[in-house]
Order: sequence, then C-alpha cells, then structure tokens
Amino acid sequence: MSGHSYDAEKYWKANLRLIFGSLIVWALVSYGFGIVLRPMLSGIPIGGTDLGFWFAQQGSILTFIALIFHYAWRMNRLDKQFGVDEE
Amino acid sequence: MSQFAINILFVGGSFLIYILIAIWAKAGSTKDFYVAGGGIHPITNGMAIGADWMSAASFISMAGIIATSGYASSAYLMGWTGGYVLLAMLLAPYLRKFGKFTVPEFIGDRFYSKKARLVAVICLIVASLTYVIGQMAGAGVAFSRFLEVDSTTGLMIAAVVIFIYSVLGGMKGITYTQVAQYVVLIIAYTIPAVFISMQLTGNPIPALGLFSTHIDSGMPILDKLNQVITDVGFNEYTADVDSHLNMVLFTLTLMIGTAGLPHVIIRFFTVPKVADARWSAGWALVFIALLYLTAPAVASMARLNLMTTIYPDGTAAEPIEYDNRPQWVKEWEVTGLIKFVDKNEDGRIQLYNDAPSFQAEADTRGWKGNELDVNRDILVLANPEIANLPGWVIGLIAAGGLAAALSTAAGLLLAISSAISHDLIKGSINPGITEKGELMAARIAMAVTIVVATYLGANPPGFAAQVVALAFGIAAASLFPTLMMGIFSKRVNNTGAVAGMLCGLVFTLSYIFVYKGWFFIPGTANLADTPANWVLGISPLSIGAIGAVVNFAVAFAVSNATEEPPVEIQELVESVRYPRGAGQAQDH
Repeated sequence: MSGHSYDAEKYWKANLRLIFGSLIVWALVSYGFGIVLRPMLSGIPIGGTDLGFWFAQQGSILTFIALIFHYAWRMNRLDKQFGVDEE
Repeated sequence: MSQFAINILFVGGSFLIYILIAIWAKAGSTKDFYVAGGGIHPITNGMAIGADWMSAASFISMAGIIATSGYASSAYLMGWTGGYVLLAMLLAPYLRKFGKFTVPEFIGDRFYSKKARLVAVICLIVASLTYVIGQMAGAGVAFSRFLEVDSTTGLMIAAVVIFIYSVLGGMKGITYTQVAQYVVLIIAYTIPAVFISMQLTGNPIPALGLFSTHIDSGMPILDKLNQVITDVGFNEYTADVDSHLNMVLFTLTLMIGTAGLPHVIIRFFTVPKVADARWSAGWALVFIALLYLTAPAVASMARLNLMTTIYPDGTAAEPIEYDNRPQWVKEWEVTGLIKFVDKNEDGRIQLYNDAPSFQAEADTRGWKGNELDVNRDILVLANPEIANLPGWVIGLIAAGGLAAALSTAAGLLLAISSAISHDLIKGSINPGITEKGELMAARIAMAVTIVVATYLGANPPGFAAQVVALAFGIAAASLFPTLMMGIFSKRVNNTGAVAGMLCGLVFTLSYIFVYKGWFFIPGTANLADTPANWVLGISPLSIGAIGAVVNFAVAFAVSNATEEPPVEIQELVESVRYPRGAGQAQDH
C-alpha cells in the first residue's frame, strides 16, 4: 500500500470527518444534556426527575455504545471501499 | 449450612476456576505473555476489558459514592464510560496496527527517543502502582468481612492466586481468567439489584426501576427518596451541582484518563485485526454498561432502604431503637465500618445531616448530632443483607467483589511488569536478551511487582486514597495527549513530545499537591482542599483535563520551533493510519 496516494488521503479525511461528527454527539449528550444544558431540559419530566438527570446517569452511556458500534461499522466499510482492509 | 461455609464455597469455587484456567492457558512465548498470542476474539476481549476495567472501585465503591451525592456523581458514570468512545476512535485501532507489545514502546518508536520512552514508563508505573494498591486493599476488606480472616492474611491469599495465573500465563492466563471473573462479578452485582428493584418498584430491571413508581408510597422512587432525605436535612438526590465547569472538567479528566490508562490500552493489542480492535471497544462498553446502568439504581434504592430501616415509621416519627437494629447493622459494626454513638442518650439511632441549615429542626426534635456513621464502601457488599436476601446471594457478592479486585489487579500488574521487562530491560539495559531470557525476565518482574503491590496493599501509604486524582491525572495529562499526537500529527517531534509530557505532568501534579500535600505528605498542602480555594472552582480531581491541554499546547509550540520528524517517522505515522498489514507488523 502506498500511504501517499490520493485515495489514502481521502480515506483518512473520511475517518477524521466521522470521528469529528461522533465526538460532537459524544459531547452533546454528556457535557451538554447531562450537565450544562440540564437546566434547560428540566421541563421534560422522566419518572420523578428530569431528562438531564436521565442523560447523566443512563442516556449518555447508551449513546456512547451506539456511537462506537456505528463508528466500527462505518470504518470497516470504508476500509473495504478504499482497499485498506486486512485480508 | 452456615453463612461462613457458603462464602467459603463461593469464593473457593471461583478461585479454583481461575487456577484451572491458568494451568490450561500457560504462556509459551513473549507474544503469549504480553498480548495473549494476539488471537483473542473481539467479544471475548470485550468481556476481558470489562473485568480489567471494572475494579474494586466500580464494584464496591461507585454505588456508595452515587448514593451519597446523587446527581453530582454522574461524573463517574459518564467519565468511566465515555473514555471508550475516545479509545475506539482515537487510539485503539492505530495502536493495534502499530502492533507492538507496550504503550511506552509506541511512544519511544514514534518519537524516536529513549527519553520519551522512559518518561512514559515512569508515568505508567506511578499510575498503575497507585491503582493496584487500591485493588489489593479492596480484596483485603472483602476477605476480612466474608471469610473472617484478618485483612493481611486475606491479602496474602489474593496475592498467591494472582501469582499463580499471571506469572504462569501472562496476558494469556489473565485474559481467560478475566472472562471468568467478568461472569462472576456481573452475576453477583445484578442478582441482588434485581431483587431489590422488584421489592421496591415491581420492575425486575433495575435500570428501569430507577425511574419507576415506589410501591409503598405510590410516588416515583426518586421523588420519594428526595422527600425522605430532605426531611432529615440532606440535599435533594437529584439536585444540580454548584459548578458546571468543575463537573465538566472532572468528567473530561475521567474520560481522557480512562483512554490513557495503559492496562486498558494493552488489552486492545490481543485481537487479530484492526477492525477487531474497534469492535472490542464497543463490546467492552456493552459489558461495562451492564454494571454501570445498574449502579445508579442500586445507589438510590440502597439509600432509600437504609433510610426506611432507620425510620421505619416515616421521617416524621422517631427513628428505630438501637436495641432493635437489624442483624446486618450488628455484623458490620464488628468491622468498624458502621459506627453508632448515642449522643442524646435516648437509645434511638438519629441519622441526619449535621448541617447548620438543619440545626433548628434538630434542636426541636432533641437531636444532639448525627449518631450513625456508615462507610459508603459497604453499601454494595451489605446490599443483600439490607434487603433480606438468602445466604447464597451474600456468598455471590463476596466472590464478585474479589473477582473485580483480582481481575483489575492482574491487568495492572501485567502493564507494570511488561514495561519493566520489555521497555526497561529489553529496550535499554540489555537489548540483546533472548526471547527465552525476556520471558523469564517478564515472569520475575511480575513476581516482584506482586510482592511490592501486596506489601503496599497491607501497609497503604497515605496517598492510596488519592488514587483517582493521581492515576487519572497522570494518564490524562501525560499518556493520552502524547499517544493521540503520535497518531494524528506528523509534525510533533521528539523534543515537543517530551516537553509536552513533562509540562502536562508537572502542571497536573503541582495542582494536586498544592491542595493534597506535596507527594501526599500530610501537612505540606499549601491551601486547604475546599471549593473556596480552588482556582475558578476547579477541584484537584478535575485538573487532568487542563493538564492535557497544557501537554498539547507545549508539544505543538516546541515542535513547530524545532525541526520536522525524519521521513521514516512520518511514514510510520502514515502506516498506523491504514489497517492493511497489521498481521505481519506484529511478528517482529
């Protein structure tokens, strides 16, 4: 494999874009909904408390799992598409 | 059968399984010893990571911490899981592609510097050794409570068991015992939680029970809990924190610290392919989440159970008489982890918040101070007894707590001993050492590390309690940023990386030492460790995230002022970015 080809560059850029998008969601559910934006979500009740509390104690963890599996699935497809996967 | 016999049966049975696995999975080569031969299935590895990661702190302490401070402790839940997103996307696949045995080895090769490798080894040893002391001490506590031996004897037994499977099997033995330990610990954690959730809410899934209706009062369980604890002067369980900034930074420190802890990273070296490293991270978080989604439910329900035990007729009525205290309180009093002092000499147990805001009400009720001191670490261990569950559940909890402590201890010990045998001995002192010689050196390093950790576990130095601040601060400020820059930047060079690591480390340690004492020596703190003294309200626990920023900034600034890394290093960075060829890379 030549690391300097045009395709390899495109593969790496696609990876960076995917990481960037995932980390925005990662930050939004934990630091956003779970902490800083919690007062804004206080109007949405969930079993005795508010949506922000749910995100802080459960919602963010569930989102993290979804993010990793989504990333793994997309990357493994990109690997094949750009021909950099392991045979 | 007596409770003691049941406990022996569960703990002894689980230990027997670990030892049998060790004999079956003996390491024949350094590759077996360091990375379990590199052929572990991603789901198996995910489970092993789960046990590796979930320590005595997760199993025993976390629910107790959440029970005490409610919403504010969500930082632990998010912080100790969110790091896996960073691992999956920023570190694990590329380090797997690099295909070597240790974390300092990558840093040394990528930054073409023995100095960088040495700094990484020191960071690794300090972070991991602090961490392992906590595990050994935790195992000692579990032994002393359930097997009625003193904690030093308990510690010795734990050390012998770890010795057998880690010295014999290295990473290979550790991997398969960790899988068994995961199964033991998750069953032990979940069963009592399911029972308690059923009793309180009728919902068999604790994570859902947390947001369900409390059967006895007909209110949502969190409302009920808020009401009961505010009645006796505590803050609301779901109350917001004073400083969002501090909570954000604390969570961030735990996340990047998690991603930078070497004993977790090296587990990703054991899978066959780069794609498997990505899947492993996902499976690891699934297995971790099974416990982490249950923990907040255990926390709130155990706190409510404790309050209803002390105030059986409601918080407006008088609390329970000391002579009528339940059996579990008596048993834990023996260990000194529950203490009762009848301050107003009325023979009843007044449990309330001794704060100025509650003083007036306490005076009217004739209360002269809080009388019951419950160590928060006992919450999970005492959970089955509080809920009146059968004896075998208690035996299971004992085995589970030990599994959590042992699995993490073994992972940490391997990280330390491989840094010594592979990075120090083969990397610097004796590069010409044979494969057989290195394997022997790794085994000896492991044995010595176990002895040191056991000694420190029995005689914990003052800083053992500061493990969170120290281990996560170091990992977040030194190892994580350096590893990430090594992959995502071709421009950062040897001088920049070393300067960044040292500045991040010194900055973080200084901030911790100013409030906690220099090198944790009592009496040497410059400022009292209270929110009023913290810079911008940032606690010493949260400073690692800022340390990471310092590391990044210094490394980039210094690198840009000095020469570019050589071409072959830039090619190395290219090659870790593309998965093809990972299999060959490992056979070095």
